[in-house]
Amino acid sequence: MLSHKRRAAALAALFWLAVWHIASVLVGNDILLVSPLAALTRLFEMALTPWFWSSAAFSLLRIMGGFFSALAAGTLLAVAAARFPLVKALLAPLTGAAKAVPVASYTILLLVFLRARSLSFIIAFLMILPIVYDTLSEGLRNTDRKLLEMAKVFRVPPLRRLRSIYIPQILPYLISAVGVGVGIAWKSGVAAEVIGLPQGSVGSRLYEAKLFLDMRGLFAWTVAVMLLCAGLEKLTLWLIKRAARALERM
Amino acid sequence: MTDIVLSGISKAFGEKRVLENLSHTFAGGKVHGVMGPSGCGKTTLLNLLLGLLPPDAGMVGGVNPGALSAVFQEDRLCERLSAGANVRLAAPRLRDKDALRELFEEIGLPGAEKTPVYELSGGMKRRVALLRALVAPSELLVMDEPFTGLDAAMKEAAAACILRRLRGRTVIMATHGEGDAALLGGGVSLRLERRL
Repeated sequence: MLSHKRRAAALAALFWLAVWHIASVLVGNDILLVSPLAALTRLFEMALTPWFWSSAAFSLLRIMGGFFSALAAGTLLAVAAARFPLVKALLAPLTGAAKAVPVASYTILLLVFLRARSLSFIIAFLMILPIVYDTLSEGLRNTDRKLLEMAKVFRVPPLRRLRSIYIPQILPYLISAVGVGVGIAWKSGVAAEVIGLPQGSVGSRLYEAKLFLDMRGLFAWTVAVMLLCAGLEKLTLWLIKRAARALERM
Repeated sequence: MTDIVLSGISKAFGEKRVLENLSHTFAGGKVHGVMGPSGCGKTTLLNLLLGLLPPDAGMVGGVNPGALSAVFQEDRLCERLSAGANVRLAAPRLRDKDALRELFEEIGLPGAEKTPVYELSGGMKRRVALLRALVAPSELLVMDEPFTGLDAAMKEAAAACILRRLRGRTVIMATHGEGDAALLGGGVSLRLERRL
């Protein structure tokens, strides 16, 4: 039995699929707007080919590699900034600028120095790093001062403080960063691939679809990216919650 | 146990002067009550003793910062951890499950050591905070209204548990009534007035 919440979500998704379908029937031109059925059929056709999986794996490894590297680096930098005011002051203009720079500017600039193959990794990293850093810094700032005083009085060792006080308090912030970050990593990573056109990437497949007016392919790749993004977000959240629970139990 | 000596302690928060040139000696190894109306600076004084606040003037002598224990005004427990894990935070060597179970029985919380703190009532949380302070290796035990939220029977059980586990420690407790210090075999040794 589906829970009420899931049933409502499924019905909402069905509603918007119906809207998409009706719109495609009204437009009546596959080049302008394909139907959801045509997009899904194309997706299944593509899923039977090895190049679909190799392209998905190419982008997945790089984008998620960039995402997890940013998660690790952002966490370390947030901890360092919470501990040392100088680090915080040094990073403030950098993270502010990083958030404002468009993906296209980063991509074009990086293409001068880097091969296109590593582009989505770097772009995902650069886009996610300030998000993780800012969110975790906020979490660390909001850590219960009274619990930290308690830990000081009872001389609780640093690792135990981390497990018992910091992790439970920053976990909601980390979950929020991951929830926002996975989607942004995919959007920016694929956008960078569309500009840089690394051979065999999802971005280059999207570009080819646009070049040959293959709208079914374009929609199919878009759906594939959305599915990968949603699956990886759930997997990442599951891994983080498990890791946090394991740490708390240590 | 060393005497705890306050020499000319002053503390203000902005314009509000809470403690002014306070000098007092708490004899080592005894139970001392600090009494006074709300806002007279009892909690501030305890925070100065615990090293959580620096005095604006004066000195606190005789306190070994590595041998402190406290029951704070609030329980200050980690809500997601079990009651037992909270107690063990203050005494990492307390690994024996039977010893932990006995401690919880002693304070009137049989079987609560495995319960997450967020599932405990206010009175139960207070007793967990008391246990944590009692098991922590210390020379000075600072308590801020330790029996808050406990009914008469719980208070007596908690006081009996404290007395059994004091082991010669110096106790300084903030209280509204003289009875609390007397329950622990001590008396009110310092009365503070609210400063206008």
